[in-house]
Amino acid sequence: MTAVALTSPRPVRDSWTMLRRNLRQMVRYRSLTLMLIAQPLAFMLLFVYVFGGTMGPGIRGGDGRGDYLRFIMPAIVVMTIASVSLSTTYTIALDTEKGIVDRFRTMPIARSAVLAGRVLGAVVQTVVALVVVLAVALLLGYRSGGTILGWLGVTGLVLLMTLSLTWLTVGLGLAAPNAETASNTPLPLMFLPFLSSGFVPTGSMPVGLRWFAEHQPFTPMIDTLRAWMGGASPGSDAWWAVGWCLLIGVLSFWWARRLFARPQAT
Amino acid sequence: MSIPTAVEVSELAMSYGDVDVLRGLDLTVPTGTVYALLGPNGAGKTTVVRILSTLVPADSGRAAVAGFDVARDAGDVRRSIGVTGQFSAIDELLTGRENLRLMADLAHLRSAESARRVASLLARFDLDDAADRRASTYSGGMKRRLDLAMTLVSRPRLVFLDEPTTGLDPRSRRELWRLVRELVADGVTIFLTTQYLEEADELADRVGVLHQGRLVAEGTPSELKRLVPGGRVEITFTSPSGLAAAAGRVRNAGVDEAALLLTVPYEGDFACLQSLVTELDGASVVSFEVRTPDLDDVFLALTGHAVRPVLPTEKPEAVR
Repeated sequence: MTAVALTSPRPVRDSWTMLRRNLRQMVRYRSLTLMLIAQPLAFMLLFVYVFGGTMGPGIRGGDGRGDYLRFIMPAIVVMTIASVSLSTTYTIALDTEKGIVDRFRTMPIARSAVLAGRVLGAVVQTVVALVVVLAVALLLGYRSGGTILGWLGVTGLVLLMTLSLTWLTVGLGLAAPNAETASNTPLPLMFLPFLSSGFVPTGSMPVGLRWFAEHQPFTPMIDTLRAWMGGASPGSDAWWAVGWCLLIGVLSFWWARRLFARPQAT
Repeated sequence: MSIPTAVEVSELAMSYGDVDVLRGLDLTVPTGTVYALLGPNGAGKTTVVRILSTLVPADSGRAAVAGFDVARDAGDVRRSIGVTGQFSAIDELLTGRENLRLMADLAHLRSAESARRVASLLARFDLDDAADRRASTYSGGMKRRLDLAMTLVSRPRLVFLDEPTTGLDPRSRRELWRLVRELVADGVTIFLTTQYLEEADELADRVGVLHQGRLVAEGTPSELKRLVPGGRVEITFTSPSGLAAAAGRVRNAGVDEAALLLTVPYEGDFACLQSLVTELDGASVVSFEVRTPDLDDVFLALTGHAVRPVLPTEKPEAVR
Protein backbone atom coordinates (compact mmCIF):
# COMPACT_ATOMS: atom_id res chain seq x y z
CA MET A 1 0.00 0.00 0.00
CA THR A 2 1.28 3.43 -0.82
CA ALA A 3 1.04 6.37 1.52
CA VAL A 4 -2.44 7.58 2.32
CA ALA A 5 -3.65 11.16 2.51
CA LEU A 6 -5.14 10.91 5.98
CA THR A 7 -3.05 12.03 8.89
CA SER A 8 -3.46 11.14 12.52
CA PRO A 9 -6.62 12.20 14.37
CA ARG A 10 -6.87 15.84 15.42
CA PRO A 11 -9.66 16.08 17.96
CA VAL A 12 -9.98 19.87 17.95
CA ARG A 13 -9.99 20.25 14.18
CA ASP A 14 -12.36 17.31 13.74
CA SER A 15 -14.72 18.66 16.40
CA TRP A 16 -14.73 22.01 14.64
CA THR A 17 -15.57 20.29 11.35
CA MET A 18 -18.42 18.40 13.00
CA LEU A 19 -19.67 21.56 14.70
CA ARG A 20 -19.83 23.35 11.36
CA ARG A 21 -21.76 20.45 9.88
CA ASN A 22 -24.25 20.56 12.75
CA LEU A 23 -24.70 24.32 12.55
CA ARG A 24 -25.36 24.00 8.83
CA GLN A 25 -27.95 21.32 9.55
CA MET A 26 -29.67 23.65 12.02
CA VAL A 27 -30.00 26.32 9.38
CA ARG A 28 -31.28 23.77 6.84
CA TYR A 29 -33.65 21.98 9.18
CA ARG A 30 -35.47 25.22 9.84
CA SER A 31 -38.75 23.72 11.03
CA LEU A 32 -37.00 21.84 13.85
CA THR A 33 -34.91 24.85 14.86
CA LEU A 34 -37.97 27.12 14.93
CA MET A 35 -40.00 24.56 16.85
CA LEU A 36 -37.33 24.42 19.54
CA ILE A 37 -37.59 28.16 20.10
CA ALA A 38 -41.36 28.27 19.66
CA GLN A 39 -41.95 25.70 22.40
CA PRO A 40 -40.66 27.71 25.39
CA LEU A 41 -42.08 30.90 23.86
CA ALA A 42 -45.54 29.33 23.65
CA PHE A 43 -45.33 28.25 27.29
CA MET A 44 -44.23 31.73 28.32
CA LEU A 45 -47.13 33.40 26.51
CA LEU A 46 -49.58 30.80 27.79
CA PHE A 47 -48.52 31.18 31.39
CA VAL A 48 -48.28 34.95 31.36
CA TYR A 49 -51.48 35.75 29.48
CA VAL A 50 -53.77 32.81 30.31
CA PHE A 51 -52.73 31.97 33.86
CA GLY A 52 -50.72 35.05 34.82
CA GLY A 53 -53.61 37.27 35.92
CA THR A 54 -54.71 34.72 38.51
CA MET A 55 -51.33 33.26 39.38
CA GLY A 56 -49.54 36.58 39.89
CA PRO A 57 -51.36 37.51 43.08
CA GLY A 58 -50.87 33.93 44.32
CA ILE A 59 -47.09 34.18 44.64
CA ARG A 60 -45.46 35.86 47.58
CA GLY A 61 -45.25 39.61 47.08
CA GLY A 62 -46.75 39.19 43.63
CA ASP A 63 -49.36 41.28 41.97
CA GLY A 64 -50.14 41.05 38.24
CA ARG A 65 -48.84 39.36 35.11
CA GLY A 66 -45.50 41.20 35.27
CA ASP A 67 -44.64 39.69 38.64
CA TYR A 68 -45.67 36.26 37.45
CA LEU A 69 -43.47 36.61 34.34
CA ARG A 70 -40.57 37.44 36.67
CA PHE A 71 -41.41 34.37 38.76
CA ILE A 72 -41.55 31.90 35.88
CA MET A 73 -38.64 33.30 33.85
CA PRO A 74 -36.09 30.82 35.32
CA ALA A 75 -38.43 27.92 34.47
CA ILE A 76 -38.78 29.22 30.90
CA VAL A 77 -34.97 29.34 30.65
CA VAL A 78 -34.78 25.73 31.87
CA MET A 79 -37.47 24.69 29.39
CA THR A 80 -35.53 26.33 26.58
CA ILE A 81 -32.43 24.35 27.50
CA ALA A 82 -34.49 21.15 27.75
CA SER A 83 -36.21 21.85 24.45
CA VAL A 84 -32.92 22.18 22.55
CA SER A 85 -31.40 19.14 24.19
CA LEU A 86 -34.46 17.11 23.17
CA SER A 87 -33.63 17.75 19.53
CA THR A 88 -30.12 16.44 20.13
CA THR A 89 -31.54 13.04 21.00
CA TYR A 90 -33.43 13.02 17.73
CA THR A 91 -30.60 14.21 15.49
CA ILE A 92 -28.07 11.81 17.07
CA ALA A 93 -30.43 8.87 16.58
CA LEU A 94 -31.15 10.00 13.01
CA ASP A 95 -27.43 10.11 12.18
CA THR A 96 -26.94 6.64 13.60
CA GLU A 97 -29.94 5.28 11.73
CA LYS A 98 -28.87 6.81 8.41
CA GLY A 99 -25.45 5.20 8.52
CA ILE A 100 -23.34 8.35 8.41
CA VAL A 101 -22.14 7.64 11.95
CA ASP A 102 -20.88 4.27 10.71
CA ARG A 103 -19.02 6.10 7.97
CA PHE A 104 -17.36 8.32 10.61
CA ARG A 105 -16.50 5.24 12.65
CA THR A 106 -14.57 3.70 9.75
CA MET A 107 -12.55 6.89 9.26
CA PRO A 108 -9.33 7.74 11.10
CA ILE A 109 -10.86 10.72 12.87
CA ALA A 110 -11.02 11.49 16.57
CA ARG A 111 -14.08 9.54 17.68
CA SER A 112 -14.83 12.07 20.39
CA ALA A 113 -15.28 14.70 17.66
CA VAL A 114 -18.57 13.21 16.45
CA LEU A 115 -20.21 13.68 19.84
CA ALA A 116 -18.33 16.84 20.78
CA GLY A 117 -19.51 18.53 17.57
CA ARG A 118 -23.08 17.63 18.47
CA VAL A 119 -22.79 18.95 22.02
CA LEU A 120 -21.09 22.20 20.96
CA GLY A 121 -23.81 22.64 18.33
CA ALA A 122 -26.45 22.26 21.03
CA VAL A 123 -24.72 24.92 23.13
CA VAL A 124 -24.78 27.37 20.20
CA GLN A 125 -28.43 26.53 19.54
CA THR A 126 -29.33 27.03 23.20
CA VAL A 127 -27.63 30.42 23.29
CA VAL A 128 -29.53 31.53 20.17
CA ALA A 129 -32.83 30.23 21.57
CA LEU A 130 -32.24 31.94 24.93
CA VAL A 131 -31.45 35.28 23.28
CA VAL A 132 -34.76 35.10 21.40
CA VAL A 133 -36.68 34.04 24.51
CA LEU A 134 -35.14 36.83 26.61
CA ALA A 135 -35.81 39.39 23.89
CA VAL A 136 -39.49 38.42 23.76
CA ALA A 137 -39.65 38.49 27.56
CA LEU A 138 -38.26 42.03 27.55
CA LEU A 139 -40.92 43.01 25.02
CA LEU A 140 -43.56 41.56 27.33
CA GLY A 141 -42.29 43.79 30.10
CA TYR A 142 -39.79 41.55 31.85
CA ARG A 143 -37.41 43.57 34.00
CA SER A 144 -34.67 41.84 35.94
CA GLY A 145 -33.50 43.07 39.30
CA GLY A 146 -30.25 41.15 38.91
CA THR A 147 -26.74 42.54 39.18
CA ILE A 148 -24.05 42.07 36.55
CA LEU A 149 -22.41 39.49 38.80
CA GLY A 150 -25.75 37.75 39.15
CA TRP A 151 -26.18 37.59 35.40
CA LEU A 152 -22.65 36.22 35.04
CA GLY A 153 -23.72 33.51 37.45
CA VAL A 154 -26.85 32.90 35.36
CA THR A 155 -24.72 32.58 32.21
CA GLY A 156 -22.34 30.15 33.85
CA LEU A 157 -25.08 27.97 35.29
CA VAL A 158 -27.00 27.98 32.00
CA LEU A 159 -23.90 26.77 30.14
CA LEU A 160 -23.29 24.08 32.73
CA MET A 161 -26.91 22.95 32.58
CA THR A 162 -26.79 22.88 28.78
CA LEU A 163 -23.68 20.73 28.76
CA SER A 164 -24.97 18.25 31.30
CA LEU A 165 -28.48 17.94 29.82
CA THR A 166 -27.07 17.65 26.29
CA TRP A 167 -24.74 14.81 27.28
CA LEU A 168 -27.75 13.12 28.84
CA THR A 169 -29.77 13.49 25.64
CA VAL A 170 -26.79 12.36 23.52
CA GLY A 171 -26.81 9.18 25.60
CA LEU A 172 -30.56 8.80 25.14
CA GLY A 173 -30.16 9.28 21.40
CA LEU A 174 -27.44 6.63 21.15
CA ALA A 175 -29.45 4.21 23.28
CA ALA A 176 -32.63 4.62 21.20
CA PRO A 177 -33.29 1.86 18.67
CA ASN A 178 -34.36 4.40 16.02
CA ALA A 179 -35.00 8.09 15.49
CA GLU A 180 -38.74 7.77 16.00
CA THR A 181 -38.35 6.36 19.50
CA ALA A 182 -35.61 8.86 20.18
CA SER A 183 -37.97 11.77 19.63
CA ASN A 184 -40.13 10.53 22.51
CA THR A 185 -37.77 9.16 25.16
CA PRO A 186 -36.59 12.48 26.58
CA LEU A 187 -40.10 13.98 26.91
CA PRO A 188 -40.02 13.71 30.73
CA LEU A 189 -37.34 16.42 30.61
CA MET A 190 -40.00 18.83 29.32
CA PHE A 191 -42.41 17.88 32.08
CA LEU A 192 -40.09 17.94 35.06
CA PRO A 193 -39.96 21.76 35.23
CA PHE A 194 -43.72 21.73 35.92
CA LEU A 195 -43.15 19.53 38.97
CA SER A 196 -40.67 21.97 40.46
CA SER A 197 -40.60 25.42 41.98
CA GLY A 198 -40.78 26.78 38.43
CA PHE A 199 -44.41 27.82 38.06
CA VAL A 200 -45.83 27.79 41.57
CA PRO A 201 -44.15 27.83 45.01
CA THR A 202 -43.65 24.23 46.14
CA GLY A 203 -45.40 25.11 49.40
CA SER A 204 -48.75 25.14 47.58
CA MET A 205 -48.40 21.48 46.51
CA PRO A 206 -49.79 18.39 48.31
CA VAL A 207 -47.25 16.65 50.55
CA GLY A 208 -45.97 13.85 48.29
CA LEU A 209 -45.66 16.05 45.23
CA ARG A 210 -44.10 18.77 47.31
CA TRP A 211 -41.41 16.41 48.56
CA PHE A 212 -40.65 15.41 44.97
CA ALA A 213 -40.65 19.00 43.75
CA GLU A 214 -38.28 20.11 46.47
CA HIS A 215 -35.83 17.30 45.86
CA GLN A 216 -35.73 17.02 42.09
CA PRO A 217 -32.69 18.52 40.32
CA PHE A 218 -34.53 21.29 38.48
CA THR A 219 -35.73 22.99 41.66
CA PRO A 220 -32.31 24.13 42.99
CA MET A 221 -31.37 25.14 39.43
CA ILE A 222 -34.52 27.22 39.05
CA ASP A 223 -34.22 28.70 42.55
CA THR A 224 -30.60 29.66 41.90
CA LEU A 225 -31.45 31.29 38.57
CA ARG A 226 -34.39 33.10 40.21
CA ALA A 227 -32.21 34.45 42.99
CA TRP A 228 -29.49 35.69 40.63
CA MET A 229 -32.00 37.12 38.15
CA GLY A 230 -33.79 38.92 40.98
CA GLY A 231 -30.70 40.34 42.66
CA ALA A 232 -30.76 37.97 45.64
CA SER A 233 -28.25 35.41 46.90
CA PRO A 234 -29.09 31.77 46.10
CA GLY A 235 -27.24 30.46 49.16
CA SER A 236 -26.80 26.68 49.26
CA ASP A 237 -29.15 26.23 46.25
CA ALA A 238 -26.27 27.25 43.98
CA TRP A 239 -24.13 24.40 45.27
CA TRP A 240 -26.98 21.94 44.84
CA ALA A 241 -27.58 23.20 41.31
CA VAL A 242 -23.92 22.88 40.34
CA GLY A 243 -23.70 19.51 42.07
CA TRP A 244 -26.68 18.11 40.18
CA CYS A 245 -25.27 19.43 36.88
CA LEU A 246 -21.89 17.83 37.50
CA LEU A 247 -23.44 14.54 38.59
CA ILE A 248 -25.80 14.32 35.59
CA GLY A 249 -23.14 15.62 33.23
CA VAL A 250 -20.32 13.30 34.27
CA LEU A 251 -22.50 10.18 34.41
CA SER A 252 -24.10 11.00 31.05
CA PHE A 253 -20.74 11.78 29.46
CA TRP A 254 -19.40 8.42 30.59
CA TRP A 255 -22.57 6.65 29.46
CA ALA A 256 -22.67 8.33 26.04
CA ARG A 257 -18.99 7.58 25.40
CA ARG A 258 -19.55 3.95 26.29
CA LEU A 259 -22.57 3.68 24.02
CA PHE A 260 -20.66 5.28 21.16
CA ALA A 261 -17.69 2.94 21.52
CA ARG A 262 -19.97 -0.11 21.67
CA PRO A 263 -19.69 -2.31 18.59
CA GLN A 264 -22.57 -1.81 16.18
CA ALA A 265 -24.06 -5.13 15.22
CA THR A 266 -26.15 -4.15 12.21
CA MET B 1 9.78 -4.95 1.65
CA SER B 2 6.93 -6.98 0.24
CA ILE B 3 3.54 -5.45 -0.40
CA PRO B 4 1.18 -6.58 2.35
CA THR B 5 -1.82 -8.63 1.35
CA ALA B 6 -4.89 -6.40 1.18
CA VAL B 7 -7.14 -8.71 3.16
CA GLU B 8 -6.16 -11.84 5.05
CA VAL B 9 -8.83 -13.67 7.01
CA SER B 10 -8.48 -16.96 8.83
CA GLU B 11 -10.89 -18.97 10.95
CA LEU B 12 -13.20 -15.98 11.38
CA ALA B 13 -16.26 -16.77 13.47
CA MET B 14 -19.12 -14.59 14.59
CA SER B 15 -22.53 -15.19 16.08
CA TYR B 16 -25.42 -12.96 17.07
CA GLY B 17 -27.22 -14.63 19.91
CA ASP B 18 -27.97 -18.20 18.81
CA VAL B 19 -27.30 -17.52 15.16
CA ASP B 20 -23.86 -18.43 13.85
CA VAL B 21 -23.33 -15.90 11.08
CA LEU B 22 -19.72 -16.83 10.28
CA ARG B 23 -18.31 -20.28 11.04
CA GLY B 24 -14.62 -20.28 10.25
CA LEU B 25 -14.17 -18.08 7.22
CA ASP B 26 -10.81 -18.10 5.40
CA LEU B 27 -9.99 -15.84 2.52
CA THR B 28 -7.14 -13.85 0.99
CA VAL B 29 -7.28 -10.84 -1.29
CA PRO B 30 -3.99 -9.87 -2.96
CA THR B 31 -3.27 -6.15 -3.29
CA GLY B 32 -4.47 -4.61 -6.54
CA THR B 33 -7.20 -7.16 -7.25
CA VAL B 34 -10.99 -7.20 -7.07
CA TYR B 35 -12.58 -9.76 -4.81
CA ALA B 36 -16.32 -10.42 -4.77
CA LEU B 37 -18.04 -12.14 -1.90
CA LEU B 38 -21.16 -13.68 -3.39
CA GLY B 39 -24.09 -14.86 -1.33
CA PRO B 40 -27.78 -14.53 -0.65
CA ASN B 41 -29.31 -12.31 2.01
CA GLY B 42 -28.34 -13.45 5.47
CA ALA B 43 -25.23 -15.31 4.33
CA GLY B 44 -23.05 -13.03 6.47
CA LYS B 45 -21.61 -10.78 3.76
CA THR B 46 -22.31 -7.53 5.58
CA THR B 47 -20.91 -8.97 8.80
CA VAL B 48 -17.62 -9.71 7.01
CA VAL B 49 -17.42 -6.09 5.79
CA ARG B 50 -18.28 -4.75 9.25
CA ILE B 51 -15.53 -6.83 10.85
CA LEU B 52 -12.94 -5.88 8.22
CA SER B 53 -13.83 -2.18 8.47
CA THR B 54 -13.39 -2.21 12.29
CA LEU B 55 -17.07 -1.59 13.05
CA VAL B 56 -17.56 -4.78 15.00
CA PRO B 57 -15.10 -7.23 16.56
CA ALA B 58 -15.24 -10.88 15.54
CA ASP B 59 -15.83 -13.55 18.19
CA SER B 60 -12.74 -15.46 17.12
CA GLY B 61 -10.29 -15.85 14.29
CA ARG B 62 -7.88 -13.43 12.69
CA ALA B 63 -8.46 -10.65 10.21
CA ALA B 64 -5.76 -8.39 8.80
CA VAL B 65 -6.39 -5.48 6.45
CA ALA B 66 -3.50 -3.81 4.62
CA GLY B 67 -1.19 -5.75 6.92
CA PHE B 68 -2.81 -4.45 10.12
CA ASP B 69 -4.78 -6.53 12.58
CA VAL B 70 -8.37 -5.22 12.68
CA ALA B 71 -8.66 -5.74 16.41
CA ARG B 72 -5.25 -4.45 17.56
CA ASP B 73 -4.48 -1.75 14.98
CA ALA B 74 -7.95 -0.42 14.16
CA GLY B 75 -6.57 3.09 13.66
CA ASP B 76 -4.06 1.94 11.04
CA VAL B 77 -6.77 -0.09 9.30
CA ARG B 78 -9.04 2.98 9.17
CA ARG B 79 -6.21 5.02 7.68
CA SER B 80 -5.92 2.48 4.85
CA ILE B 81 -9.51 1.88 3.82
CA GLY B 82 -12.65 3.46 2.42
CA VAL B 83 -16.07 1.95 3.05
CA THR B 84 -19.30 2.33 1.15
CA GLY B 85 -22.08 0.52 2.93
CA GLN B 86 -25.33 -0.91 1.75
CA PHE B 87 -27.31 2.19 2.64
CA SER B 88 -26.14 5.58 1.49
CA ALA B 89 -24.19 7.12 4.34
CA ILE B 90 -24.62 10.70 3.24
CA ASP B 91 -25.91 13.80 5.00
CA GLU B 92 -29.16 14.55 3.22
CA LEU B 93 -29.44 18.05 4.68
CA LEU B 94 -26.17 19.04 3.02
CA THR B 95 -25.55 19.49 -0.68
CA GLY B 96 -23.42 17.05 -2.64
CA ARG B 97 -20.52 19.49 -2.60
CA GLU B 98 -20.85 20.07 1.15
CA ASN B 99 -20.87 16.32 1.79
CA LEU B 100 -17.61 15.99 -0.13
CA ARG B 101 -16.14 19.03 1.63
CA LEU B 102 -17.02 17.44 4.96
CA MET B 103 -15.00 14.36 4.00
CA ALA B 104 -12.13 16.54 2.76
CA ASP B 105 -12.09 18.44 6.06
CA LEU B 106 -12.09 15.21 8.03
CA ALA B 107 -9.23 13.98 5.85
CA HIS B 108 -7.37 17.17 6.84
CA LEU B 109 -6.82 18.28 3.25
CA ARG B 110 -5.62 21.84 2.77
CA SER B 111 -8.35 24.09 1.44
CA ALA B 112 -6.91 24.50 -2.08
CA GLU B 113 -6.36 20.77 -2.39
CA SER B 114 -9.78 20.09 -0.92
CA ALA B 115 -11.49 22.32 -3.52
CA ARG B 116 -9.60 20.61 -6.34
CA ARG B 117 -10.38 17.15 -5.06
CA VAL B 118 -14.08 17.92 -4.57
CA ALA B 119 -14.39 19.46 -8.03
CA SER B 120 -12.71 16.52 -9.72
CA LEU B 121 -14.87 13.97 -7.90
CA LEU B 122 -18.06 15.88 -8.75
CA ALA B 123 -17.07 15.85 -12.41
CA ARG B 124 -15.97 12.22 -12.42
CA PHE B 125 -19.16 11.05 -10.70
CA ASP B 126 -21.36 13.16 -12.95
CA LEU B 127 -22.70 15.21 -10.04
CA ASP B 128 -21.65 18.62 -11.35
CA ASP B 129 -25.17 19.82 -12.12
CA ALA B 130 -26.54 18.64 -8.79
CA ALA B 131 -23.52 19.71 -6.72
CA ASP B 132 -25.30 22.55 -4.95
CA ARG B 133 -28.60 20.81 -4.41
CA ARG B 134 -29.44 19.08 -1.16
CA ALA B 135 -28.64 15.38 -1.25
CA SER B 136 -32.21 14.65 -0.12
CA THR B 137 -33.35 15.60 -3.65
CA TYR B 138 -31.01 13.07 -5.31
CA SER B 139 -32.19 9.89 -7.02
CA GLY B 140 -31.11 6.51 -5.65
CA GLY B 141 -28.34 6.22 -8.23
CA MET B 142 -27.05 9.73 -7.49
CA LYS B 143 -27.02 9.07 -3.74
CA ARG B 144 -25.01 5.91 -4.33
CA ARG B 145 -22.55 7.80 -6.55
CA LEU B 146 -22.18 10.56 -3.96
CA ASP B 147 -21.65 7.93 -1.28
CA LEU B 148 -18.83 6.32 -3.27
CA ALA B 149 -17.33 9.72 -4.12
CA MET B 150 -17.26 10.57 -0.39
CA THR B 151 -15.42 7.32 0.28
CA LEU B 152 -12.79 8.26 -2.31
CA VAL B 153 -12.00 11.77 -1.04
CA SER B 154 -9.13 10.46 1.09
CA ARG B 155 -7.77 8.35 -1.81
CA PRO B 156 -8.01 4.98 -0.04
CA ARG B 157 -6.00 2.18 -1.66
CA LEU B 158 -8.47 -0.43 -0.46
CA VAL B 159 -12.21 0.09 -0.85
CA PHE B 160 -15.01 -2.00 0.62
CA LEU B 161 -18.29 -1.94 -1.28
CA ASP B 162 -21.17 -3.65 0.48
CA GLU B 163 -23.80 -4.53 -2.13
CA PRO B 164 -23.03 -1.39 -4.11
CA THR B 165 -25.84 -1.79 -6.64
CA THR B 166 -28.65 -3.41 -4.67
CA GLY B 167 -31.86 -1.55 -5.39
CA LEU B 168 -30.46 0.37 -8.36
CA ASP B 169 -32.02 0.37 -11.82
CA PRO B 170 -29.98 -1.27 -14.61
CA ARG B 171 -28.68 2.01 -15.99
CA SER B 172 -27.41 3.24 -12.60
CA ARG B 173 -25.94 -0.19 -12.01
CA ARG B 174 -23.91 -0.06 -15.24
CA GLU B 175 -22.80 3.49 -14.37
CA LEU B 176 -21.55 2.35 -10.97
CA TRP B 177 -19.75 -0.59 -12.52
CA ARG B 178 -17.97 1.81 -14.86
CA LEU B 179 -16.84 3.90 -11.87
CA VAL B 180 -15.60 0.82 -10.05
CA ARG B 181 -13.63 -0.27 -13.13
CA GLU B 182 -11.97 3.16 -13.21
CA LEU B 183 -10.87 2.68 -9.63
CA VAL B 184 -9.47 -0.71 -10.49
CA ALA B 185 -7.56 0.83 -13.38
CA ASP B 186 -6.00 3.23 -10.85
CA GLY B 187 -4.74 0.22 -8.91
CA VAL B 188 -7.23 0.38 -6.04
CA THR B 189 -7.96 -2.93 -4.35
CA ILE B 190 -11.68 -3.65 -4.14
CA PHE B 191 -13.53 -5.96 -1.78
CA LEU B 192 -17.18 -6.11 -2.72
CA THR B 193 -20.18 -8.11 -1.67
CA THR B 194 -23.03 -8.90 -4.00
CA GLN B 195 -26.07 -11.06 -4.52
CA TYR B 196 -25.64 -10.98 -8.28
CA LEU B 197 -23.52 -13.48 -10.16
CA GLU B 198 -23.57 -11.06 -13.07
CA GLU B 199 -22.03 -8.32 -10.93
CA ALA B 200 -19.27 -10.58 -9.64
CA ASP B 201 -18.65 -11.68 -13.24
CA GLU B 202 -18.47 -8.07 -14.46
CA LEU B 203 -16.10 -6.77 -11.81
CA ALA B 204 -14.18 -9.40 -9.91
CA ASP B 205 -10.88 -11.19 -10.46
CA ARG B 206 -11.86 -13.76 -7.86
CA VAL B 207 -15.20 -14.72 -6.39
CA GLY B 208 -15.88 -16.42 -3.08
CA VAL B 209 -19.29 -17.98 -2.54
CA LEU B 210 -20.47 -17.55 1.03
CA HIS B 211 -22.96 -20.05 2.34
CA GLN B 212 -23.93 -20.49 5.96
CA GLY B 213 -20.89 -18.62 7.20
CA ARG B 214 -18.28 -20.45 5.14
CA LEU B 215 -16.84 -20.26 1.65
CA VAL B 216 -18.28 -23.14 -0.33
CA ALA B 217 -16.42 -22.24 -3.52
CA GLU B 218 -13.78 -19.80 -4.65
CA GLY B 219 -12.25 -19.04 -8.01
CA THR B 220 -12.31 -16.81 -11.04
CA PRO B 221 -15.77 -16.03 -12.41
CA SER B 222 -15.22 -18.37 -15.35
CA GLU B 223 -14.07 -21.19 -13.07
CA LEU B 224 -17.19 -20.65 -11.05
CA LYS B 225 -19.45 -20.62 -14.07
CA ARG B 226 -17.93 -23.88 -15.24
CA LEU B 227 -19.22 -25.43 -12.03
CA VAL B 228 -22.66 -24.16 -12.81
CA PRO B 229 -24.89 -25.52 -15.56
CA GLY B 230 -25.14 -22.98 -18.34
CA GLY B 231 -28.12 -21.01 -19.38
CA ARG B 232 -31.34 -22.50 -20.64
CA VAL B 233 -34.45 -21.68 -22.58
CA GLU B 234 -37.73 -22.28 -20.81
CA ILE B 235 -40.78 -22.74 -23.01
CA THR B 236 -44.29 -23.06 -21.61
CA PHE B 237 -47.05 -24.62 -23.70
CA THR B 238 -50.80 -24.26 -23.91
CA SER B 239 -51.50 -27.99 -23.77
CA PRO B 240 -49.85 -31.38 -23.01
CA SER B 241 -50.11 -32.29 -26.69
CA GLY B 242 -48.21 -29.13 -27.72
CA LEU B 243 -45.55 -29.94 -25.13
CA ALA B 244 -45.25 -33.56 -26.31
CA ALA B 245 -44.97 -32.53 -29.96
CA ALA B 246 -42.17 -30.05 -29.22
CA ALA B 247 -40.38 -32.51 -26.90
CA GLY B 248 -40.28 -34.98 -29.77
CA ARG B 249 -38.54 -32.52 -32.06
CA VAL B 250 -36.04 -30.79 -29.73
CA ARG B 251 -32.96 -32.72 -28.56
CA ASN B 252 -31.69 -32.75 -24.94
CA ALA B 253 -34.87 -31.12 -23.69
CA GLY B 254 -36.13 -31.56 -20.14
CA VAL B 255 -39.88 -32.06 -19.86
CA ASP B 256 -42.02 -30.99 -16.93
CA GLU B 257 -45.50 -32.24 -17.77
CA ALA B 258 -47.21 -30.76 -14.73
CA ALA B 259 -45.97 -27.24 -15.52
CA LEU B 260 -46.25 -27.77 -19.32
CA LEU B 261 -42.61 -26.67 -19.36
CA LEU B 262 -39.83 -27.61 -21.75
CA THR B 263 -36.27 -26.73 -20.68
CA VAL B 264 -33.53 -26.62 -23.33
CA PRO B 265 -29.84 -26.06 -22.51
CA TYR B 266 -28.51 -22.86 -24.07
CA GLU B 267 -24.90 -21.68 -24.13
CA GLY B 268 -25.37 -18.35 -25.84
CA ASP B 269 -25.10 -19.70 -29.39
CA PHE B 270 -27.50 -17.73 -31.59
CA ALA B 271 -27.74 -20.39 -34.32
CA CYS B 272 -29.00 -22.89 -31.72
CA LEU B 273 -31.63 -20.41 -30.61
CA GLN B 274 -32.71 -19.76 -34.17
CA SER B 275 -33.11 -23.43 -34.98
CA LEU B 276 -35.02 -23.96 -31.75
CA VAL B 277 -37.49 -21.26 -32.72
CA THR B 278 -38.12 -22.87 -36.11
CA GLU B 279 -38.87 -26.20 -34.39
CA LEU B 280 -41.73 -24.72 -32.41
CA ASP B 281 -45.37 -24.33 -33.36
CA GLY B 282 -46.10 -20.74 -32.43
CA ALA B 283 -49.78 -21.37 -31.69
CA SER B 284 -49.01 -23.76 -28.82
CA VAL B 285 -46.40 -21.63 -27.03
CA VAL B 286 -47.45 -19.50 -24.05
CA SER B 287 -44.03 -18.10 -23.14
CA PHE B 288 -40.44 -18.36 -24.31
CA GLU B 289 -37.74 -17.26 -21.88
CA VAL B 290 -33.96 -17.27 -22.19
CA ARG B 291 -32.34 -17.65 -18.76
CA THR B 292 -28.70 -17.03 -17.89
CA PRO B 293 -27.28 -18.69 -14.77
CA ASP B 294 -27.93 -16.66 -11.64
CA LEU B 295 -27.18 -16.96 -7.96
CA ASP B 296 -29.87 -19.63 -7.59
CA ASP B 297 -28.11 -21.80 -10.15
CA VAL B 298 -24.73 -21.31 -8.46
CA PHE B 299 -26.17 -22.34 -5.14
CA LEU B 300 -28.08 -25.23 -6.59
CA ALA B 301 -24.89 -26.50 -8.17
CA LEU B 302 -22.65 -25.91 -5.15
CA THR B 303 -24.85 -26.80 -2.23
CA GLY B 304 -27.44 -29.08 -3.76
CA HIS B 305 -30.32 -26.87 -2.76
CA ALA B 306 -31.76 -23.59 -3.87
CA VAL B 307 -31.16 -20.30 -2.13
CA ARG B 308 -33.04 -20.19 1.07
CA PRO B 309 -32.61 -17.45 3.58
CA VAL B 310 -30.38 -18.84 6.31
CA LEU B 311 -32.04 -16.53 8.77
CA PRO B 312 -35.67 -15.66 9.27
CA THR B 313 -34.94 -11.99 8.67
CA GLU B 314 -32.77 -10.31 6.14
CA LYS B 315 -30.13 -9.38 8.66
CA PRO B 316 -29.43 -10.53 12.17
CA GLU B 317 -30.97 -8.20 14.70
CA ALA B 318 -28.63 -5.90 16.48
CA VAL B 319 -27.46 -7.17 19.82
CA ARG B 320 -27.99 -4.19 22.01
